[in-house]
Amino acid sequence: MRAQFVLSEIGVGLRRNLTMTFAVVISVALSLALFGSSLLMRDQVGTMKGYWYDKVNVAIFFCNKGDAETDPKCTKGAVTKEQKETILAELKDMDKVVESVQHETSDEAYKHYKEQFGDSPLVNSLTPDQMQESYRIKLKDPQKYQVIASAFSDHPGVQSVQDQRKTVDKLFDVLNVMTWVASFVMALMLVLALILIVNTVRVSAFSRRRETGIMRLVGASSFYIQVPFILEATLAGLFGGLLACGMLVAGRYFLVDHGAALAQKMELINFIGWDAVLTKLPLVLAAGLLMPAMAAFFALRKYLKV
Amino acid sequence: MIRFDNVSKTYPKQTRPALRDVSLEIERGEFVFLVGSSGSGKSTFLRLILREERASHGQVHVLGKDLARLSNWKVPHMRRQLGTVFQDFRLLPNKTVGENVAFALEVIGKPRGTIRKTVPEVLDLVGLGGKQDRMPGELSGGEQQRVAIARAFVNRPMLLIADEPTGNLDPQTSVGIMKLLDRINRTGTTVVMATHDQQIVDQMRKRVIEMEQGRLVRDQSRGVYGYQH
Repeated sequence: MRAQFVLSEIGVGLRRNLTMTFAVVISVALSLALFGSSLLMRDQVGTMKGYWYDKVNVAIFFCNKGDAETDPKCTKGAVTKEQKETILAELKDMDKVVESVQHETSDEAYKHYKEQFGDSPLVNSLTPDQMQESYRIKLKDPQKYQVIASAFSDHPGVQSVQDQRKTVDKLFDVLNVMTWVASFVMALMLVLALILIVNTVRVSAFSRRRETGIMRLVGASSFYIQVPFILEATLAGLFGGLLACGMLVAGRYFLVDHGAALAQKMELINFIGWDAVLTKLPLVLAAGLLMPAMAAFFALRKYLKV
Repeated sequence: MIRFDNVSKTYPKQTRPALRDVSLEIERGEFVFLVGSSGSGKSTFLRLILREERASHGQVHVLGKDLARLSNWKVPHMRRQLGTVFQDFRLLPNKTVGENVAFALEVIGKPRGTIRKTVPEVLDLVGLGGKQDRMPGELSGGEQQRVAIARAFVNRPMLLIADEPTGNLDPQTSVGIMKLLDRINRTGTTVVMATHDQQIVDQMRKRVIEMEQGRLVRDQSRGVYGYQH
């Protein structure tokens, strides 16, 4: 394989088709950016779900020492061992509704909180004994939250009963819809990008049919004939991929850190970090290289027969 | 060199076969004229040799290989041992004469040193010595066909296929081209040439194969053109 020959062929091909190449780059960039952002949104939902979301449905929070002064339900001070045991016994009796109960100590609560909000400034102002002890309950039917709430919310030592899902589900619904919309638009853009690539390769192959015809006649291998076209599409895909990576980085930068600065406006939400964005970039680039190469390969199978 | 055993070819979506039950053998070093009116099957015959088409029935052997059993990826290697020349020259207009000939070697991955050495040699052989840097558009038709022959011959093929190489040329220029093909034939290369040029066939007195409606109707050594059209 003579590299110089192949490179000059690619240069000629790309320049001859400048407008089409431009269209391919843009459409590949847009579809890959959407691909990346739907991956990131899925990550975002994952980070926000936190430790307990998939494991339990209802949490019974107990009073701790600090609550005695601030919360009217806890005037009698922190929860006692007997109170906890009574509640646990009652929960065990409700085995038609309750599937399992887990006990989270305040130390564990602190640990899980730290895991979920690792780099939030809130973590530093908290100590383990400020965290609430709790029973995390998994229900046989997640809808039966009310049963637990009415049975235990007035129990001595109980600060509150929370339906875990209700608090976050609305937000997740929004995020899920956004992920679906992004995936749908991505699918459309992907189809558009593929059609454009196939068409560009066809035009390119047609405008060079004289050369490829001679190459076939003098016995150039089909690999040698196809490589310039495939590399052409791959190069356009690479530009598209780089552009998409730029869009993702810019998106994280302007949405979370600066510009819209959501991280400052919504302190309680734990946003995905740079590492999540950076790990997606190789994926986006690989897709940017492979997708056009495959499309070109299949387009050529039809138009450059031996 | 070339052997056809009961070869028929029917193109898809056509009922009338382009070639019907053709059997013949062409030996190494022969010079063969292929004559017949348009649509008689000459082009199909050549396309089968080049394996641009596959036979519907029967077997085609070229250079000792059964083309029906030759896998697609081996076809390019088979074609490197063949040279092809066409009526319309098929040169690349944006490349010089030398580059056009070199192109045939570049695309099969020949080293640059070999190319630099062989291209002027073969241009000398076809009588275009010193015209290496001219563009095809600056040359006469006969000279352009010589470039095409140089390109077909530069890889020293065993077999040269020529599809009406003099079809676009005046009689005097045609004679020059025929002398060149004859000279190439004398180096041991088998030449198969489809033509409508009665004068040339009658002058050269080589083997003549005549086709009519897909059938082989005459195979005559030292033959003549033989029919009026």
